[in-house]
Amino acid sequence: MSVVVLEPGLLSTLQDRGRHGHALAGVGHAGAMDEVALRLANALVGNQDDAVALEFGLVGPVLRFDREATIAIAGADPDARLDGVAVEAWRPLAIARGSALDLRRLRRGAFAYLAIGGGFASERVLGSAATDVNAGLGGLHGRALRKGDCIAFDGEGRGVPGGWSIDPRPWFDPDPSRPLRALHGAHFGALDAASQAALFGREFRVRAESNRVGMRLDGAPLALAMPLELASEAVARGTLQLPPAGHPIVLMAEHPTTGGYPRIAQVAAVDLPRLAQRRPGEPVRFEPIDLDEAQSRYLRREAELARLCDAIRERLHR
Amino acid sequence: MRPIAPGSGPDQPPLFEPLGETVLLLRFGDRVDAALSARVHDALACLRAARLPGVIDAVAGYASLALHYDPAAWISGGAPWRAFADAVQAALAAGGARPAHARRTIDIPVRYGGEDGRDLDAVAAELGLAPDELVSLHAAGDYSVAMLGFAPGFPYLLGLDPRLHAPRLASPRTRVPRGSVAIGGAQTGIYPAELPGGWRLIGRTPLALFDPAREPPNLLAAGDRVRFRAIDADGFAALQARTTLDAA
Repeated sequence: MSVVVLEPGLLSTLQDRGRHGHALAGVGHAGAMDEVALRLANALVGNQDDAVALEFGLVGPVLRFDREATIAIAGADPDARLDGVAVEAWRPLAIARGSALDLRRLRRGAFAYLAIGGGFASERVLGSAATDVNAGLGGLHGRALRKGDCIAFDGEGRGVPGGWSIDPRPWFDPDPSRPLRALHGAHFGALDAASQAALFGREFRVRAESNRVGMRLDGAPLALAMPLELASEAVARGTLQLPPAGHPIVLMAEHPTTGGYPRIAQVAAVDLPRLAQRRPGEPVRFEPIDLDEAQSRYLRREAELARLCDAIRERLHR
Repeated sequence: MRPIAPGSGPDQPPLFEPLGETVLLLRFGDRVDAALSARVHDALACLRAARLPGVIDAVAGYASLALHYDPAAWISGGAPWRAFADAVQAALAAGGARPAHARRTIDIPVRYGGEDGRDLDAVAAELGLAPDELVSLHAAGDYSVAMLGFAPGFPYLLGLDPRLHAPRLASPRTRVPRGSVAIGGAQTGIYPAELPGGWRLIGRTPLALFDPAREPPNLLAAGDRVRFRAIDADGFAALQARTTLDAA
Protein backbone atom coordinates (compact mmCIF):
# COMPACT_ATOMS: atom_id res chain seq x y z
CA MET A 1 0.00 0.00 0.00
CA SER A 2 2.47 2.62 -1.03
CA VAL A 3 3.66 5.13 -3.53
CA VAL A 4 7.22 4.64 -4.79
CA VAL A 5 9.30 7.72 -5.56
CA LEU A 6 10.92 7.19 -8.99
CA GLU A 7 12.15 10.81 -9.19
CA PRO A 8 11.99 13.02 -6.09
CA GLY A 9 11.62 16.45 -7.74
CA LEU A 10 13.21 19.60 -6.41
CA LEU A 11 11.47 20.05 -3.05
CA SER A 12 8.85 17.42 -2.31
CA THR A 13 7.70 17.04 1.29
CA LEU A 14 4.75 15.62 3.19
CA GLN A 15 2.67 18.42 4.68
CA ASP A 16 -0.50 19.05 6.62
CA ARG A 17 -1.87 22.28 8.08
CA GLY A 18 1.07 22.67 10.43
CA ARG A 19 2.36 22.04 13.93
CA HIS A 20 0.68 24.43 16.35
CA GLY A 21 1.03 24.90 20.08
CA HIS A 22 4.79 24.42 20.54
CA ALA A 23 6.18 27.81 19.54
CA LEU A 24 7.22 28.52 23.15
CA ALA A 25 9.67 25.63 22.75
CA GLY A 26 10.97 27.18 19.53
CA VAL A 27 9.07 24.74 17.30
CA GLY A 28 7.75 26.44 14.17
CA HIS A 29 4.46 25.75 12.41
CA ALA A 30 5.73 24.47 9.02
CA GLY A 31 2.80 23.02 6.99
CA ALA A 32 1.74 23.69 3.41
CA MET A 33 3.02 26.79 1.58
CA ASP A 34 -0.39 27.13 -0.14
CA GLU A 35 -2.79 25.98 2.54
CA VAL A 36 -5.88 26.62 0.41
CA ALA A 37 -4.66 24.24 -2.29
CA LEU A 38 -3.78 21.60 0.33
CA ARG A 39 -7.29 21.77 1.79
CA LEU A 40 -9.01 21.58 -1.58
CA ALA A 41 -6.86 18.66 -2.75
CA ASN A 42 -7.79 16.80 0.44
CA ALA A 43 -11.50 17.58 0.04
CA LEU A 44 -11.42 16.27 -3.55
CA VAL A 45 -10.45 12.79 -2.33
CA GLY A 46 -12.88 12.86 0.60
CA ASN A 47 -10.22 13.52 3.28
CA GLN A 48 -10.42 15.92 6.18
CA ASP A 49 -8.74 19.29 5.48
CA ASP A 50 -5.67 18.49 7.54
CA ALA A 51 -4.87 15.04 6.12
CA VAL A 52 -1.26 14.53 5.02
CA ALA A 53 -0.62 15.34 1.35
CA LEU A 54 2.48 15.59 -0.82
CA GLU A 55 3.66 19.12 -1.55
CA PHE A 56 5.99 19.65 -4.51
CA GLY A 57 7.72 22.81 -5.67
CA LEU A 58 8.93 24.05 -9.10
CA VAL A 59 9.92 20.58 -10.34
CA GLY A 60 7.59 17.81 -9.22
CA PRO A 61 8.22 14.09 -8.63
CA VAL A 62 7.56 10.96 -10.67
CA LEU A 63 5.63 8.38 -8.63
CA ARG A 64 4.52 4.77 -9.07
CA PHE A 65 1.43 3.45 -7.28
CA ASP A 66 1.79 -0.17 -6.17
CA ARG A 67 -1.98 -0.48 -5.64
CA GLU A 68 -5.07 1.39 -6.79
CA ALA A 69 -5.80 4.75 -5.24
CA THR A 70 -7.91 7.91 -5.49
CA ILE A 71 -5.90 11.10 -5.88
CA ALA A 72 -6.38 14.81 -6.60
CA ILE A 73 -3.91 17.51 -7.60
CA ALA A 74 -4.39 21.20 -6.72
CA GLY A 75 -2.31 24.38 -6.52
CA ALA A 76 0.24 25.20 -9.22
CA ASP A 77 -0.74 24.00 -12.66
CA PRO A 78 1.12 20.77 -13.51
CA ASP A 79 1.45 19.11 -16.89
CA ALA A 80 0.52 15.83 -15.16
CA ARG A 81 0.94 12.58 -17.11
CA LEU A 82 -0.50 9.28 -15.98
CA ASP A 83 1.34 6.55 -17.91
CA GLY A 84 2.03 9.19 -20.54
CA VAL A 85 -1.58 10.43 -20.85
CA ALA A 86 -2.42 13.97 -19.72
CA VAL A 87 -4.67 14.13 -16.62
CA GLU A 88 -6.47 17.09 -15.07
CA ALA A 89 -5.93 18.77 -11.73
CA TRP A 90 -8.73 20.04 -9.42
CA ARG A 91 -10.76 16.79 -9.60
CA PRO A 92 -10.62 13.29 -8.14
CA LEU A 93 -8.78 10.74 -10.27
CA ALA A 94 -8.82 6.96 -10.07
CA ILE A 95 -5.34 5.44 -10.27
CA ALA A 96 -4.84 1.82 -11.35
CA ARG A 97 -2.32 -0.39 -9.63
CA GLY A 98 1.15 -0.09 -11.18
CA SER A 99 0.53 3.30 -12.84
CA ALA A 100 3.25 5.95 -13.00
CA LEU A 101 2.38 9.62 -12.47
CA ASP A 102 4.78 12.21 -13.89
CA LEU A 103 4.44 15.61 -12.18
CA ARG A 104 7.81 17.05 -13.18
CA ARG A 105 6.60 20.02 -15.17
CA LEU A 106 4.67 22.88 -13.55
CA ARG A 107 3.31 25.19 -16.23
CA ARG A 108 2.38 28.05 -13.88
CA GLY A 109 2.81 28.62 -10.15
CA ALA A 110 5.36 27.24 -7.70
CA PHE A 111 3.75 24.71 -5.29
CA ALA A 112 1.23 21.95 -5.98
CA TYR A 113 -0.37 19.25 -3.83
CA LEU A 114 -1.10 15.60 -4.41
CA ALA A 115 -3.72 14.31 -1.97
CA ILE A 116 -4.58 10.63 -1.75
CA GLY A 117 -7.77 9.03 -0.43
CA GLY A 118 -7.11 8.11 3.22
CA GLY A 119 -4.04 10.37 3.39
CA PHE A 120 -0.36 9.49 3.42
CA ALA A 121 0.97 7.74 6.51
CA SER A 122 3.58 9.93 8.13
CA GLU A 123 5.55 10.46 11.31
CA ARG A 124 3.43 12.60 13.62
CA VAL A 125 5.65 14.72 15.84
CA LEU A 126 4.13 17.07 18.43
CA GLY A 127 0.68 16.67 16.94
CA SER A 128 1.50 17.16 13.26
CA ALA A 129 2.94 15.30 10.29
CA ALA A 130 4.22 18.47 8.61
CA THR A 131 7.82 18.17 7.46
CA ASP A 132 10.08 20.78 9.06
CA VAL A 133 13.28 20.24 7.10
CA ASN A 134 15.47 22.56 9.18
CA ALA A 135 14.40 21.01 12.48
CA GLY A 136 14.32 17.51 10.97
CA LEU A 137 10.77 16.87 12.23
CA GLY A 138 7.73 15.10 10.79
CA GLY A 139 6.99 13.84 7.28
CA LEU A 140 9.32 11.14 6.07
CA HIS A 141 12.26 11.22 8.55
CA GLY A 142 12.02 15.01 8.72
CA ARG A 143 13.36 15.48 5.19
CA ALA A 144 12.40 15.99 1.55
CA LEU A 145 11.63 12.91 -0.56
CA ARG A 146 14.45 10.94 -2.16
CA LYS A 147 14.55 8.55 -5.06
CA GLY A 148 13.46 5.09 -3.91
CA ASP A 149 11.39 6.26 -0.92
CA CYS A 150 8.11 4.40 -0.36
CA ILE A 151 5.30 6.46 1.16
CA ALA A 152 2.53 4.36 2.65
CA PHE A 153 -1.11 5.42 2.44
CA ASP A 154 -4.18 4.22 4.24
CA GLY A 155 -7.07 4.52 1.81
CA GLU A 156 -8.68 2.19 -0.66
CA GLY A 157 -9.08 3.00 -4.33
CA ARG A 158 -12.73 3.50 -5.17
CA GLY A 159 -14.96 4.53 -8.03
CA VAL A 160 -14.66 8.18 -8.85
CA PRO A 161 -17.70 10.08 -10.11
CA GLY A 162 -16.49 11.37 -13.48
CA GLY A 163 -17.12 14.40 -15.58
CA TRP A 164 -16.64 17.20 -13.05
CA SER A 165 -13.94 19.31 -11.53
CA ILE A 166 -13.89 22.47 -9.41
CA ASP A 167 -13.17 25.88 -10.90
CA PRO A 168 -9.66 26.77 -9.75
CA ARG A 169 -9.93 30.46 -10.57
CA PRO A 170 -10.92 31.76 -7.11
CA TRP A 171 -8.22 29.60 -5.49
CA PHE A 172 -5.24 29.74 -7.83
CA ASP A 173 -4.11 33.02 -9.34
CA PRO A 174 -1.77 32.41 -12.27
CA ASP A 175 -1.17 36.11 -12.93
CA PRO A 176 2.02 37.26 -11.17
CA SER A 177 1.54 40.89 -12.17
CA ARG A 178 -1.38 41.49 -9.80
CA PRO A 179 -0.44 43.28 -6.55
CA LEU A 180 -0.51 41.60 -3.14
CA ARG A 181 -2.19 43.38 -0.27
CA ALA A 182 -0.03 44.14 2.76
CA LEU A 183 -0.39 45.81 6.16
CA HIS A 184 2.13 48.26 7.56
CA GLY A 185 4.53 46.47 9.90
CA ALA A 186 5.55 47.66 13.38
CA HIS A 187 8.71 49.25 11.92
CA PHE A 188 7.26 50.65 8.69
CA GLY A 189 7.63 54.15 10.15
CA ALA A 190 11.35 53.55 10.69
CA LEU A 191 11.95 53.33 6.91
CA ASP A 192 13.20 56.51 5.29
CA ALA A 193 10.61 58.43 3.24
CA ALA A 194 11.86 57.15 -0.12
CA SER A 195 11.74 53.53 1.10
CA GLN A 196 8.23 53.94 2.53
CA ALA A 197 7.09 55.11 -0.90
CA ALA A 198 9.08 52.41 -2.70
CA LEU A 199 7.68 49.53 -0.63
CA PHE A 200 4.17 50.23 -1.94
CA GLY A 201 5.14 51.77 -5.26
CA ARG A 202 7.83 49.71 -6.81
CA GLU A 203 8.07 46.25 -8.29
CA PHE A 204 10.21 43.61 -6.58
CA ARG A 205 11.26 40.26 -7.99
CA VAL A 206 11.39 36.85 -6.32
CA ARG A 207 15.02 35.78 -5.95
CA ALA A 208 16.20 32.28 -6.75
CA GLU A 209 17.33 31.64 -3.13
CA SER A 210 13.70 31.68 -1.99
CA ASN A 211 12.45 28.55 -0.25
CA ARG A 212 9.88 27.29 2.27
CA VAL A 213 11.48 29.46 4.98
CA GLY A 214 11.16 32.73 3.10
CA MET A 215 10.72 34.48 -0.21
CA ARG A 216 13.64 36.80 -0.86
CA LEU A 217 12.85 39.89 -2.87
CA ASP A 218 15.16 41.71 -5.24
CA GLY A 219 15.22 45.37 -6.18
CA ALA A 220 17.02 48.57 -5.17
CA PRO A 221 17.66 48.26 -1.41
CA LEU A 222 15.28 49.80 1.14
CA ALA A 223 16.81 51.75 4.04
CA LEU A 224 15.89 52.78 7.56
CA ALA A 225 15.93 56.47 8.47
CA MET A 226 18.01 55.52 11.51
CA PRO A 227 19.50 52.20 12.56
CA LEU A 228 17.28 50.11 14.89
CA GLU A 229 18.58 47.79 17.58
CA LEU A 230 15.86 45.21 18.20
CA ALA A 231 15.45 42.48 20.81
CA SER A 232 14.40 39.20 19.16
CA GLU A 233 10.67 38.55 19.20
CA ALA A 234 7.82 36.87 17.38
CA VAL A 235 7.53 36.89 13.61
CA ALA A 236 4.72 35.33 11.56
CA ARG A 237 4.03 33.90 8.16
CA GLY A 238 3.81 36.84 5.77
CA THR A 239 6.07 39.14 7.84
CA LEU A 240 8.37 41.27 5.65
CA GLN A 241 11.69 41.49 7.47
CA LEU A 242 14.37 43.91 6.40
CA PRO A 243 17.94 42.63 6.93
CA PRO A 244 20.75 45.22 6.87
CA ALA A 245 21.48 44.77 3.16
CA GLY A 246 18.02 46.23 2.43
CA HIS A 247 16.41 43.36 0.49
CA PRO A 248 13.16 42.27 2.19
CA ILE A 249 12.45 38.65 3.07
CA VAL A 250 8.83 37.53 3.37
CA LEU A 251 8.65 34.75 5.95
CA MET A 252 6.80 31.66 4.77
CA ALA A 253 5.72 28.23 6.08
CA GLU A 254 8.97 27.11 7.70
CA HIS A 255 10.05 30.39 9.28
CA PRO A 256 11.62 30.37 12.75
CA THR A 257 9.31 31.45 15.59
CA THR A 258 11.38 34.57 16.40
CA GLY A 259 13.46 37.09 14.50
CA GLY A 260 15.44 40.23 15.15
CA TYR A 261 15.18 42.24 11.92
CA PRO A 262 12.81 45.20 11.47
CA ARG A 263 9.30 44.13 10.42
CA ILE A 264 8.27 46.59 7.76
CA ALA A 265 5.07 44.99 6.48
CA GLN A 266 2.80 41.99 6.77
CA VAL A 267 1.30 40.32 3.68
CA ALA A 268 -2.46 39.90 4.06
CA ALA A 269 -3.41 36.34 4.99
CA VAL A 270 -5.76 36.06 1.97
CA ASP A 271 -2.84 36.81 -0.35
CA LEU A 272 -0.32 34.38 1.18
CA PRO A 273 -1.34 31.53 -1.17
CA ARG A 274 -0.87 33.89 -4.14
CA LEU A 275 2.57 34.88 -2.89
CA ALA A 276 3.51 31.22 -2.35
CA GLN A 277 2.73 30.59 -6.03
CA ARG A 278 5.18 33.22 -7.35
CA ARG A 279 8.21 31.64 -8.98
CA PRO A 280 11.78 32.91 -8.87
CA GLY A 281 12.12 35.84 -11.31
CA GLU A 282 8.42 36.75 -11.16
CA PRO A 283 7.32 40.21 -10.01
CA VAL A 284 5.87 41.14 -6.62
CA ARG A 285 4.09 44.44 -5.95
CA PHE A 286 2.38 45.47 -2.73
CA GLU A 287 -0.67 47.62 -2.16
CA PRO A 288 -1.78 48.76 1.28
CA ILE A 289 -4.74 47.33 3.17
CA ASP A 290 -5.84 48.03 6.74
CA LEU A 291 -6.31 45.41 9.43
CA ASP A 292 -10.11 45.63 9.68
CA GLU A 293 -10.45 45.04 5.93
CA ALA A 294 -7.77 42.33 5.84
CA GLN A 295 -9.33 40.44 8.72
CA SER A 296 -12.84 40.61 7.27
CA ARG A 297 -11.57 39.35 3.89
CA TYR A 298 -9.74 36.53 5.64
CA LEU A 299 -12.87 35.44 7.52
CA ARG A 300 -14.94 35.62 4.33
CA ARG A 301 -12.37 33.50 2.47
CA GLU A 302 -12.35 30.91 5.28
CA ALA A 303 -16.15 30.67 5.20
CA GLU A 304 -16.24 30.26 1.39
CA LEU A 305 -13.51 27.64 1.48
CA ALA A 306 -15.25 25.66 4.23
CA ARG A 307 -18.52 25.72 2.24
CA LEU A 308 -16.80 24.51 -0.93
CA CYS A 309 -14.95 21.71 0.89
CA ASP A 310 -18.24 20.53 2.45
CA ALA A 311 -20.00 20.64 -0.93
CA ILE A 312 -17.22 18.57 -2.53
CA ARG A 313 -17.35 15.92 0.21
CA GLU A 314 -21.12 15.74 -0.09
CA ARG A 315 -20.86 15.18 -3.83
CA LEU A 316 -18.30 12.43 -3.34
CA HIS A 317 -20.53 10.60 -0.91
CA ARG A 318 -23.68 10.86 -3.00
CA MET B 1 -0.54 48.78 12.27
CA ARG B 2 -0.33 51.24 15.15
CA PRO B 3 -0.24 50.24 18.79
CA ILE B 4 -3.74 50.76 20.21
CA ALA B 5 -3.03 51.49 23.87
CA PRO B 6 -0.38 53.70 25.42
CA GLY B 7 1.84 52.93 28.38
CA SER B 8 5.07 51.10 29.05
CA GLY B 9 5.93 51.88 32.67
CA PRO B 10 6.59 49.09 35.15
CA ASP B 11 2.90 48.48 35.90
CA GLN B 12 1.39 49.85 32.74
CA PRO B 13 -0.60 47.57 30.48
CA PRO B 14 1.31 46.44 27.39
CA LEU B 15 1.00 48.05 23.98
CA PHE B 16 -0.97 45.97 21.51
CA GLU B 17 0.69 45.50 18.11
CA PRO B 18 -1.28 43.29 15.73
CA LEU B 19 1.07 41.16 13.61
CA GLY B 20 -1.37 40.45 10.81
CA GLU B 21 -4.87 38.96 10.99
CA THR B 22 -4.11 36.05 13.30
CA VAL B 23 -1.39 37.25 15.71
CA LEU B 24 -1.55 39.86 18.48
CA LEU B 25 1.76 41.03 19.94
CA LEU B 26 1.80 42.45 23.48
CA ARG B 27 4.72 44.81 23.94
CA PHE B 28 6.12 45.41 27.43
CA GLY B 29 9.21 47.27 26.24
CA ASP B 30 11.96 47.03 23.67
CA ARG B 31 15.11 46.15 25.61
CA VAL B 32 16.89 42.96 26.66
CA ASP B 33 16.18 43.25 30.36
CA ALA B 34 15.42 40.72 33.12
CA ALA B 35 12.53 42.77 34.57
CA LEU B 36 10.81 43.03 31.17
CA SER B 37 11.35 39.34 30.57
CA ALA B 38 9.71 38.57 33.93
CA ARG B 39 6.65 40.62 32.91
CA VAL B 40 6.41 38.62 29.69
CA HIS B 41 6.32 35.36 31.66
CA ASP B 42 3.85 36.69 34.23
CA ALA B 43 1.53 37.75 31.40
CA LEU B 44 1.89 34.35 29.78
CA ALA B 45 0.98 32.57 33.05
CA CYS B 46 -2.00 34.86 33.52
CA LEU B 47 -3.28 34.38 29.96
CA ARG B 48 -2.81 30.61 30.17
CA ALA B 49 -5.01 30.58 33.27
CA ALA B 50 -7.60 32.77 31.50
CA ARG B 51 -8.08 30.15 28.73
CA LEU B 52 -9.27 32.64 26.14
CA PRO B 53 -11.07 30.93 23.25
CA GLY B 54 -9.34 30.51 19.90
CA VAL B 55 -5.74 30.87 21.14
CA ILE B 56 -3.62 28.54 19.03
CA ASP B 57 -0.03 29.29 20.05
CA ALA B 58 2.19 31.76 21.90
CA VAL B 59 5.68 33.14 21.25
CA ALA B 60 7.69 34.78 24.03
CA GLY B 61 10.23 37.45 23.07
CA TYR B 62 12.70 39.29 25.30
CA ALA B 63 10.21 42.07 25.92
CA SER B 64 7.01 40.96 24.17
CA LEU B 65 4.53 38.14 23.99
CA ALA B 66 2.72 37.17 20.78
CA LEU B 67 -0.52 35.19 20.71
CA HIS B 68 -1.61 33.28 17.59
CA TYR B 69 -5.41 33.18 17.55
CA ASP B 70 -8.31 32.30 15.31
CA PRO B 71 -10.24 35.50 14.54
CA ALA B 72 -13.33 33.37 13.80
CA ALA B 73 -13.58 32.82 17.58
CA TRP B 74 -13.88 36.62 18.11
CA ILE B 75 -16.64 37.67 15.74
CA SER B 76 -18.90 40.01 17.71
CA GLY B 77 -20.05 42.90 15.56
CA GLY B 78 -16.79 44.87 15.73
CA ALA B 79 -13.37 43.94 14.40
CA PRO B 80 -12.27 40.56 15.84
CA TRP B 81 -8.76 41.81 16.60
CA ARG B 82 -10.17 44.58 18.79
CA ALA B 83 -12.46 42.15 20.61
CA PHE B 84 -9.52 39.82 21.23
CA ALA B 85 -7.24 42.67 22.40
CA ASP B 86 -9.96 43.85 24.81
CA ALA B 87 -10.30 40.34 26.25
CA VAL B 88 -6.52 40.04 26.66
CA GLN B 89 -6.37 43.40 28.40
CA ALA B 90 -9.23 42.44 30.72
CA ALA B 91 -7.57 39.10 31.55
CA LEU B 92 -4.28 40.84 32.38
CA ALA B 93 -6.04 43.45 34.51
CA ALA B 94 -8.02 40.78 36.37
CA GLY B 95 -4.85 38.71 36.87
CA GLY B 96 -3.71 41.22 39.52
CA ALA B 97 -0.64 40.53 41.61
CA ARG B 98 0.29 36.89 41.43
CA PRO B 99 2.41 35.10 43.98
CA ALA B 100 5.94 34.63 42.69
CA HIS B 101 5.93 31.13 41.22
CA ALA B 102 8.72 28.74 42.06
CA ARG B 103 11.34 28.86 39.33
CA ARG B 104 13.15 25.72 38.33
CA THR B 105 16.93 25.72 38.33
CA ILE B 106 18.48 23.51 35.68
CA ASP B 107 22.08 22.40 35.96
CA ILE B 108 23.91 22.18 32.61
CA PRO B 109 27.21 20.26 32.64
CA VAL B 110 29.66 21.69 30.10
CA ARG B 111 33.00 20.52 28.85
CA TYR B 112 34.73 23.84 28.14
CA GLY B 113 37.45 24.34 25.53
CA GLY B 114 39.29 21.82 23.38
CA GLU B 115 37.52 20.33 20.38
CA ASP B 116 34.13 21.15 21.96
CA GLY B 117 34.87 24.83 22.53
CA ARG B 118 37.08 25.65 19.62
CA ASP B 119 36.71 29.45 19.97
CA LEU B 120 37.52 29.53 23.70
CA ASP B 121 41.19 30.52 23.38
CA ALA B 122 40.56 33.15 20.71
CA VAL B 123 37.63 34.72 22.59
CA ALA B 124 39.63 34.76 25.84
CA ALA B 125 42.52 36.50 24.07
CA GLU B 126 40.16 39.10 22.53
CA LEU B 127 38.67 39.82 25.96
CA GLY B 128 42.05 40.01 27.68
CA LEU B 129 41.34 36.97 29.85
CA ALA B 130 43.10 33.66 30.42
CA PRO B 131 40.96 30.77 29.04
CA ASP B 132 40.33 29.39 32.54
CA GLU B 133 39.26 32.84 33.78
CA LEU B 134 36.68 32.94 30.97
CA VAL B 135 35.47 29.47 31.98
CA SER B 136 35.16 30.45 35.66
CA LEU B 137 33.24 33.63 34.83
CA HIS B 138 30.88 31.79 32.48
CA ALA B 139 30.26 28.92 34.93
CA ALA B 140 29.73 31.34 37.84
CA GLY B 141 26.87 33.15 36.11
CA ASP B 142 23.26 33.06 37.28
CA TYR B 143 21.29 32.82 34.04
CA SER B 144 17.62 32.84 33.18
CA VAL B 145 15.91 31.66 30.01
CA ALA B 146 14.29 34.67 28.35
CA MET B 147 12.82 32.69 25.46
CA LEU B 148 13.28 29.73 23.15
CA GLY B 149 13.55 30.48 19.46
CA PHE B 150 15.67 30.25 16.29
CA ALA B 151 15.36 26.45 16.37
CA PRO B 152 13.44 23.94 18.55
CA GLY B 153 14.83 24.09 22.09
CA PHE B 154 17.36 26.93 21.52
CA PRO B 155 17.48 29.03 24.75
CA TYR B 156 18.27 32.74 24.76
CA LEU B 157 19.82 33.30 28.19
CA LEU B 158 19.95 36.51 30.20
CA GLY B 159 22.73 37.12 32.69
CA LEU B 160 25.99 36.90 30.73
CA ASP B 161 28.78 38.74 32.58
CA PRO B 162 29.51 41.96 30.62
CA ARG B 163 33.21 40.99 30.68
CA LEU B 164 32.26 38.05 28.41
CA HIS B 165 30.43 39.94 25.68
CA ALA B 166 32.12 38.88 22.44
CA PRO B 167 31.22 39.62 18.83
CA ARG B 168 29.72 36.96 16.58
CA LEU B 169 31.77 35.47 13.74
CA ALA B 170 31.83 37.67 10.63
CA SER B 171 30.86 34.65 8.60
CA PRO B 172 28.66 32.04 10.36
CA ARG B 173 29.66 28.37 10.39
CA THR B 174 27.45 26.13 8.29
CA ARG B 175 27.47 23.43 11.01
CA VAL B 176 27.73 23.95 14.73
CA PRO B 177 27.75 20.64 16.68
CA ARG B 178 24.71 19.72 18.77
CA GLY B 179 25.08 20.76 22.42
CA SER B 180 27.56 23.58 21.72
CA VAL B 181 27.58 26.31 24.39
CA ALA B 182 28.28 29.65 22.78
CA ILE B 183 28.52 33.42 23.20
CA GLY B 184 26.92 35.80 20.69
CA GLY B 185 27.34 39.46 21.59
CA ALA B 186 25.69 40.05 24.99
CA GLN B 187 23.99 36.66 24.92
CA THR B 188 24.88 33.10 25.66
CA GLY B 189 23.01 30.04 24.42
CA ILE B 190 23.16 26.35 23.63
CA TYR B 191 22.71 24.80 20.17
CA PRO B 192 20.11 22.01 20.63
CA ALA B 193 20.93 20.34 17.30
CA GLU B 194 23.53 20.55 14.57
CA LEU B 195 22.72 23.93 13.04
CA PRO B 196 24.32 26.77 11.15
CA GLY B 197 25.42 29.55 13.49
CA GLY B 198 27.71 32.51 14.07
CA TRP B 199 28.08 32.46 17.85
CA ARG B 200 31.50 31.73 19.40
CA LEU B 201 31.83 28.18 20.70
CA ILE B 202 33.29 27.85 24.18
CA GLY B 203 32.12 24.38 25.22
CA ARG B 204 29.59 21.62 24.79
CA THR B 205 27.00 19.80 26.91
CA PRO B 206 26.06 16.14 26.49
CA LEU B 207 22.46 16.87 27.57
CA ALA B 208 19.70 16.68 24.95
CA LEU B 209 18.09 20.13 24.90
CA PHE B 210 15.33 19.00 22.57
CA ASP B 211 13.91 15.52 22.08
CA PRO B 212 10.51 15.30 20.37
CA ALA B 213 9.93 11.88 21.96
CA ARG B 214 10.16 13.39 25.45
CA GLU B 215 7.30 15.22 27.20
CA PRO B 216 7.91 18.11 27.17
CA PRO B 217 10.48 17.91 24.36
CA ASN B 218 12.42 20.96 25.53
CA LEU B 219 14.81 20.61 28.51
CA LEU B 220 14.63 24.34 29.26
CA ALA B 221 11.57 26.57 29.34
CA ALA B 222 11.27 30.34 29.37
CA GLY B 223 11.62 31.60 32.95
CA ASP B 224 13.92 28.77 34.12
CA ARG B 225 17.16 29.57 35.94
CA VAL B 226 20.26 27.96 34.46
CA ARG B 227 23.63 27.13 36.01
CA PHE B 228 26.58 25.88 33.99
CA ARG B 229 28.96 23.40 35.63
CA ALA B 230 32.38 22.56 34.18
CA ILE B 231 33.04 18.85 33.61
CA ASP B 232 36.02 17.02 32.11
CA ALA B 233 36.17 14.65 29.17
CA ASP B 234 35.42 11.59 31.34
CA GLY B 235 32.40 13.28 32.89
CA PHE B 236 31.19 14.22 29.42
CA ALA B 237 31.58 10.65 28.13
CA ALA B 238 29.76 9.19 31.15
CA LEU B 239 26.84 11.60 30.80
CA GLN B 240 26.70 11.10 27.06
CA ALA B 241 26.49 7.32 27.51
CA ARG B 242 23.61 7.79 29.94
CA THR B 243 21.81 10.21 27.62
CA THR B 244 22.16 7.75 24.76
CA LEU B 245 20.77 4.95 26.94
CA ASP B 246 17.86 7.17 27.96
CA ALA B 247 17.12 7.89 24.34
CA ALA B 248 17.27 4.20 23.34
